[in-house]
Order: sequence, then C-alpha cells, then structure tokens
Amino acid sequence: MLFDKPAGQNAIDQLKVVGKPADRIDGALKTTGTAPYAYERHDVAPNQAYGYVVGSGIAKGRIARMDSTAAQAAPGVLAIVSTLDSPRLTLGRLNTASLFGGPVVQHYHQAIAVVVAETFEQARAAAALIRVDCVRRPGRFDLAMQAKAAPLVGGDAGEGDAAPPVQRSGNFESAFAAAPVQVDATYSTPDESHAMMEPHATIAAWEGDKLTVWTSIQMVAWMKRDLARTLGIVPANVRVDSPYIGGGFGSKLFLRADAVLAALAAKAARRPVKLALPRPLIANNTTHRPATIQRIRLGATRDGRLTAIAHESTSGNLPGGRPETATAQTRLLYAGANRLTSLRLAELDLPEGNAMRAPGEAPGLMALEIAMDEMAEKLGIDPVQFRILNDTQVDPEKPDRPYSARQLVACLQRGAEQFDWRARNSKPSAVRDGRWLVGMGVAAGFRNNLVMRSAARVRLNDRGVVTVETDMTDIGTGSYTVIAQTAAETMGVALDRVVVRLGDSDFPVSAGSGGQWGGNNSTAGVYAACMKLRESVAARLGYDISSATFSDGRVRAGDRSASLADAARSGELVAEDHIEYGDLARRYQQSTFAAHFVEAAVDRFTGVTRVRRMLAVCAAGRIINPKTARSQVIGAMTMGVGAALMEELAVDARYGFFVNHDLAGYEVPVHADIPHQDVIFLDEVDDKSSPMKAKGVGELGLCGVAAAIANAVYNATGVRVRDYPITLEKHLERLPALT
Amino acid sequence: MKPFSYERAKTPAEAAAAVARTPTAKFIAGGTNLLDLMKLQIETPTHLVDVQDLGLDKIEATTAGGLRIGALVTNTALAADDRVRRDYGVLSRAIVAGASGQLRNKATTAGNLLQRTRCPYFYDTSMPCNKRVPNSGCSAIGGYTRPLAVIGSSDACIATNPSDMAVAMRVLDAEVETVRPNGSRRVLPIVDFHRPPGKTPHIETPLQPGELITGVTLPRPLGGTHLYHKVRDRASYAFALISVAAVIQRDGSGRVAVGGIAPRPWRVEAADRLLPQGARAVAQRLLAGATPTKDNAFKLPLVERTLAAVLSDARG
Repeated sequence: MLFDKPAGQNAIDQLKVVGKPADRIDGALKTTGTAPYAYERHDVAPNQAYGYVVGSGIAKGRIARMDSTAAQAAPGVLAIVSTLDSPRLTLGRLNTASLFGGPVVQHYHQAIAVVVAETFEQARAAAALIRVDCVRRPGRFDLAMQAKAAPLVGGDAGEGDAAPPVQRSGNFESAFAAAPVQVDATYSTPDESHAMMEPHATIAAWEGDKLTVWTSIQMVAWMKRDLARTLGIVPANVRVDSPYIGGGFGSKLFLRADAVLAALAAKAARRPVKLALPRPLIANNTTHRPATIQRIRLGATRDGRLTAIAHESTSGNLPGGRPETATAQTRLLYAGANRLTSLRLAELDLPEGNAMRAPGEAPGLMALEIAMDEMAEKLGIDPVQFRILNDTQVDPEKPDRPYSARQLVACLQRGAEQFDWRARNSKPSAVRDGRWLVGMGVAAGFRNNLVMRSAARVRLNDRGVVTVETDMTDIGTGSYTVIAQTAAETMGVALDRVVVRLGDSDFPVSAGSGGQWGGNNSTAGVYAACMKLRESVAARLGYDISSATFSDGRVRAGDRSASLADAARSGELVAEDHIEYGDLARRYQQSTFAAHFVEAAVDRFTGVTRVRRMLAVCAAGRIINPKTARSQVIGAMTMGVGAALMEELAVDARYGFFVNHDLAGYEVPVHADIPHQDVIFLDEVDDKSSPMKAKGVGELGLCGVAAAIANAVYNATGVRVRDYPITLEKHLERLPALT
Repeated sequence: MKPFSYERAKTPAEAAAAVARTPTAKFIAGGTNLLDLMKLQIETPTHLVDVQDLGLDKIEATTAGGLRIGALVTNTALAADDRVRRDYGVLSRAIVAGASGQLRNKATTAGNLLQRTRCPYFYDTSMPCNKRVPNSGCSAIGGYTRPLAVIGSSDACIATNPSDMAVAMRVLDAEVETVRPNGSRRVLPIVDFHRPPGKTPHIETPLQPGELITGVTLPRPLGGTHLYHKVRDRASYAFALISVAAVIQRDGSGRVAVGGIAPRPWRVEAADRLLPQGARAVAQRLLAGATPTKDNAFKLPLVERTLAAVLSDARG
C-alpha cells in the first residue's frame, strides 16, 4: 500500500478497538515470568553450552599474546575463541567499532575472547584463567580537550534525519549582534548508558551453513544483514528470532558482540551456545549516548521575538563514528529568521557512541530549553508565554513547508492550566517549604516523526482467528497490543480473536523498534495487510469488496452475511502487504510535541534535588492505545529524571574507560525518586503520517524533561547549572546562605 | 567464581577452627557482598564455612543495661527491634538508609561490619588496586574520585567504608565480640575495628585468621535525639556521598560520626565537644587534615551543611 496522500476516512477511524486503553495482550506472560527472553530459551536448541565473554583490559593498543592453556584445561571447557584466532571481522553497515577479531584494541572491554563450557560457572571460571599480554598505546579520552580542534562533521545519529555539518538561514551573526537581548551560554551533557534491564544475550546454533540466533534485538532485519556481513555468510543463511526484549533504548538497534561471539563459539564448540554480556561489560563493550558540549546563542527583541538562533554542538566518537545530532530540534522548534546550527566531531578512543532514546533531541533539548528559560528571564517574560510567542507553524528554514500537525502552543497552555503554573513565583529562590527550596520549570518537547516501510502477513483460519506475522519487535512498548488492536479494528473482530507473532526474520520485514517510529509504521503495515486480507475474504465469499463491511466477526455485503470463519472454511486465507510512503514527509514537516512541567525541591542544606510533581502534555497524532502510550511516557519521564539529576558515565581520561560500569556505580532513578506523574494526550489525528494517523511518543516523553527539571531547580535556588547531571556539588556552595 | 568447598559449622569455636585450618577459607553468612565479590574473582576463597546455624541471631539485654546483638541478626531484624528503635534510634535509622529491603533481609550484623569498599577501581580487576592485589598500586588516585575518601586515607588507598550501620555503631561506642580458633574470646572497640589503610589497605580489620565475630554490644542508652542523615544522588538504594550519625542531648552536647568520607566511620571525640558551638566548629575539627581531590572537595562543605541540617532537626 502506497501512502502518498493524506488519509481519508478509513477502517481505523471506527475506533472500536484502536484508541482504547487495552491491557497488554502479552501482559500475563510478562508478569508471570513466562515470556521467554533470549537467555531463557532453553527449549529452542538441544544441548546448549555456555559462553563467557572476556573484555580487553586496555582501551587502546593491541593484544600481543594470549595464553589460554590453563583455561583450555579447566573443567568443562569445550572451546575457546580468541581474537588472535581470526582476522578482524567485517564491520556491520551500522557498526563503528570492530566487534571481534585481530589484535587491535579500539576501546576498553572490547571482546577479545569467548570461552565455551558445559556450565555458565565453568565458562566464567575458565575465562579468568586466560592470561593476556597487551601493549597499551596512548589514546584520546577527554572530550573537552579534543573539542578545541574538532572538525565540522555532518551525519545522522543512527536513526532520524541526516544533518549537515553547518546549516544557515538568514544572517545569524549580524542579527545576533543587533539583538537588544542576548543569551550566550555553553552547556554540557555527559556520556550516558542505556542501562536496560536485560543485557545483550544470544543463543546461536548452526545447522550446516545455516545459523539461527535467538536474541534480543530491536531491528531484526538490520541484525540479519549485519550478522551475515560480519560473519561473511549470505543473509539467507541467517535466521534471527527475538520475540521478547527486556528494554533496549537504542542499545539493541544494531548487531553487537553477543550475537557474533555466540555464532563463533557455537561453530567452534559444534554445539548451540548461549551467552549474555555480563553487566560490568555493557557500559564499555557496547554503545552509549555520547557526551556533548553545546554553545547556544539566542538574540531577541525586547518584546520577546527570537531574531537569531545559533546552536553549535561538539561530541566525540571513534574514528568513523557519527556525531550526536544535538542541534536537530533547533532547526525546527522556534521561529526566527536568522539561524545557524553546526556539528563538530572529535575523535576519541572511548567506546562507540551511538543512538540512545531520542538521539539528538534528548541532549539537544537539555541545552536549548535551558537557554530558552534564560532568555525568558532576561526578557522578563513568562517562559510558557515566551515559547508561545515564538511558535511557528512552518519549517523555519523552509517557510513554504508547513507542519502536518503542530500543537505545541496547546500543549503549553493545557499544561500550564493543569499544573497551576500561575502559582509559580518567577523570582528564583523565593519559595520555601521547611528546609526545601521549591521551584517550577517548563520545557518544550520535540521529536520528529519518521516514516518507514513496514510489512506484515495476516492469516485467517476456520475458527475466525486472525494471526499477524511481522518481524516487528516489542521492546516493552506494547507493539503486540497495538498491532492486535489494528488487526482487530480492520478485520472487525474482537481483540481476543487476534494472535500476534513478532520478531522472527522469517516474517515480513517491518519498520522495527527505534526512533519512536515503530508504533505508527508497524501498525500501518498491518493495516495494509489486513486490507488485502479483506479483499481475499470478499473474493472467497464472492462478495463485492467495495460494499463489504467487517464487524463483529462477520462480513456483510448487501443482504448477504457470513462469519469470517466461514470464509476460511475451505482453507486458510493469507495476505501480505506493506506500507510505503510517498513524499508527504518531504512536503510536510512531521513532528511530535510536548510540554513538560516539573516542580522540584532542593534541600537548602545539602543541595539534594527531589522532583515533586511532573506533567507531560503530548500532541503526537492518534494515540493507538492510551494505556501503553502513557506507560511509554511515564517511563521516558523517569529516564529524564535520571538524565537531569544522576546519570553520568564517569570517564577515566588516563585509562580511557567508563569507570562506573555497573548498576551500583551508574545510578538510574529508583521508585523513591519518582513522584506523581501526569500524562495528557491532546486529541490529534495526523492524516499526513500514515493511514493510522498516528505518530509516536516513546522518545517524545523524554525530550525536554531534563531541561524542565533544570529550570525548576533554577527557579528553586537561583543558581543556574548548565552541566548535567545536576548533582548537588554543582550548586551546593552557591545556594542561599544558611540562616 | 572459583570452585570452592563448603561446610556448615555447628558452634562458633568449630567455625573459627575450620577457617583457621585453611588459609584461604572464609566465613559466609548472608553472602550479600561476598558472593558478588566471588563472582568477579575479587574474593577467591577455596573453602566457605557457613555460620548460619550458630544460633547467633538474638538480641539480648546486657547486665550493663545495654544490648547484645548476635552476629547473625539480620539488618532487617535489628532495625525493627523495639529496643533498638526506642533506645538506639540512630542505629535503626542508619540501617534502613542502606541497601534495599531484600538485601537487609539477608545481610547480617557481622557481615555488614565486614563489607568491603565500593570503590569502582576495586571492582575492576583490570585495574591496579592495593586493596585487591597488595602492592599493585592504586588506580583510583588521580582518577575518578568523586565517591572516594577525603580523610583518613593513605597514598596506597583512598577507598571509603560503605557501611551505614557502622557509622551509627561508631557514634554509639559499640564493641565487637569475637571468638578465636583457640576458643578464646576478645572484645574490640568499634573505633579499633576498621583499620586505617596505611601501606596495607588489604588488611581492613584486626581480626586474626579464623577469628569470628559473635556479636556486637551496645552500651547503656545515651538518651537524646537520634538522627541519621544520608546524602546521596538518588533517594534510595545508593551508597552515601556522605552521611551524618548524631545523638544530640537537650543541652546541645552530643556525639557525631560521619560516613562516606573515610576508610572507616569517621568520628573525632574532640569534635563532639564542639557541638554546642555549631556545625562549622565541629566540621572544621572533624575534617582537619583532610586531603580531598578536586572532584570530592565538595564533601567538606557537605559535611558541615548536613551537620547543620541534623542540628536543626535535633532542635526540632
């Protein structure tokens, strides 16, 4: 199905199932521990052996020698695969750092060996017996130091739109110089770890030349392609199966070492091998959100119109890596005739930086939305009003290109009302509650809507059950449920008459999960396949499809009527189709919007910050399932609390690694950190986005949250902190005097 | 984890003798710290003597008017004990400020006293660490030091002691009771229990090989207001950046100990005597001679300010 003009009235608009807060259809499996995650798939292949990964203890240099004699002789050991046994493997198309092979070490905890044994404990114990001689070479580990000479580099963040190295419209320099009110400030965001609950894990089994991996991956088709490429086999010989995923946040978009090493280990041991990356390896072995240094300059008229906007971001990565596109939202979020955005990329020898939930926008808004707060204060204009004043309904760089739907102003207004924003004291450090300094902050949220081809197959059997098959993944988002709702709506059956099968590369290729594109695109693909199945049903029954209606498990045309089961009585009906997109995304800027409101309190003695209330108002197209969407947003808001207040991979710039590489050292919020969270979805149908008229919320919910917290902290204390996370030492000694 | 043998001892003396027999043996009680360290091969005992059957799980009144806490009393049970909550509130508050409910259910009094540092370099076996491998060097010095010690450390080690419970016990002048492999018993004042690192940071206590903690004795209740204020980056389940344990009397006198800043619970009796003069005077005396880094210098003002909060709370 080609989607190349705005959607008219369609089957989804019935909203009998779509738009309803249905419980997750996989909820019982999850809550009873019976949804099998990759490492738990004990039944998929017999005689599974255990692999244990050894990581490099140096960040840069080479492995001179590896002595595995003792490990080889250890109890239960079946095989050892060393990085010195094979040449450097071909890079996957979406990988920057080598995943295995050869003596060269590019980053700390790069995989250098895998030990296979009869039990996990034997593999782990043997791995510790391997003696490694390394030659350490000096590396570049300090972003601030390397930033000074970093060249301009464009690119994309692994998901999302590509960005040029420099983008100009109008004349920023002269407009900024002429602006009566200016903000010029530099902000920093740290390296962050995805810290998803389930580590990267794979079971691999070979049958002759054919490889199957049961794994945990957001993008099944990308993994199939890149695993084949890395191993030097044809993609047709690789099957990937990933029905349940315990969180990814971007860390599982791409092929990683777990799948490569499981495949190599299974070949060496001539047995299926399962392995997971140990938690202490994940921060340095896999990818992370790269740190940024962002300079923002804003110029405005005294009545609060932005006339000049510049946002220059520097991040670092391994040679060949991409920049963090932290300026993405700045090109689109606010009006203003004179604009400059630029990206610089420093080469670093830290682990690979890559996509983490809302790459680009998440760190970009952390800076931009503080700068907006600073400008509002300089202007003496309420920060909600200041954002409303600078709204745009068109792409500011291409004013003839309108937004498909943009309700940022409504988000801000509705949120201000709901949050009782009027009660905010605009004078910082003016509100006390016992020993707490209390403040309120706001920030805009913005994340683009990305349209991608997505296919599905649907089957109808003689019990009237509709089965959907697609390689779409559910990373905890609710994909199973929204896909079932889409099929139920389109086929006119109840939700419990739909079976959803996901994550298998033998199924039609979907958009996958990432960039908040999964929900809209995968359901649109399912809708397309279901519309084709309706044609088959009508044809089988001899009904005229143009007059056929599908509801209550029956098909009606004229005075004729049959159950769906009847249509499949003489054999299962199968239809496959995909959604593909015309140029609506080029003609219309498609984005999602939010307003985030936060009340925070800072202990005037210790500087500790605790968030007291949070509200997100989102405008993101049709909300296919308000319950799973709300869960996405409150989870994202929680991640925003982490980004604002505690999450930071600590860099040791001597040894070149992230030091706090476990969940004791890398702190993410716990329940006690999270207050009451409210989420409001504005009514919106975006007929340019897809037949579903939906967009996505999974990343929107994070975008802007940390800045809203930062602005609330400033309002509480009067101390502006521009370096995340806002840990207590960043404002402790500048807090109001203790009296 | 290296393979190890395992036995369950029946009496404290038998347990002590069993560990003394094997130079690389260790006691195991709750295992909440030891097992983690064994998985990472930071601890590599070849033999474990399980002490959970020794009956050391009671809290009893002493003839001196205090309490005797068995070595195996869980952190949960200790924090919830009515007598502890009434007479030693600082201890109850310190315990519930630490770890999680699940860990406190399993962790024991003696095990808590013996838990090892959470210095990230201690936990990374690719990094030099004098505490993990004697004389290998300290990679924390000059590295990521934000969570590490500002006082009482040495050129060989800047790790902190992570216990909350021990900070309260230090303020209460608790005593640690032990039995040695020869069956003799001794009592170690808490002040002497956690040794300064000096040149031998791997030796953390005066316990001899096979010497088993049997209990902790608390002296007669001090009265006063009992407070424990733990400062951390998140609201729960995190080690202290710093913590302050205090018992403050109506006349403003009292005692204070600080956690998260040193290799041991940090108390300076001379600083206690300055409590009536306020937080600044106490903090200056407590922290005299501190050697912070750029990244953890904030702990000095933080101690003073947290102490000010505690004194403010004590005044009600």
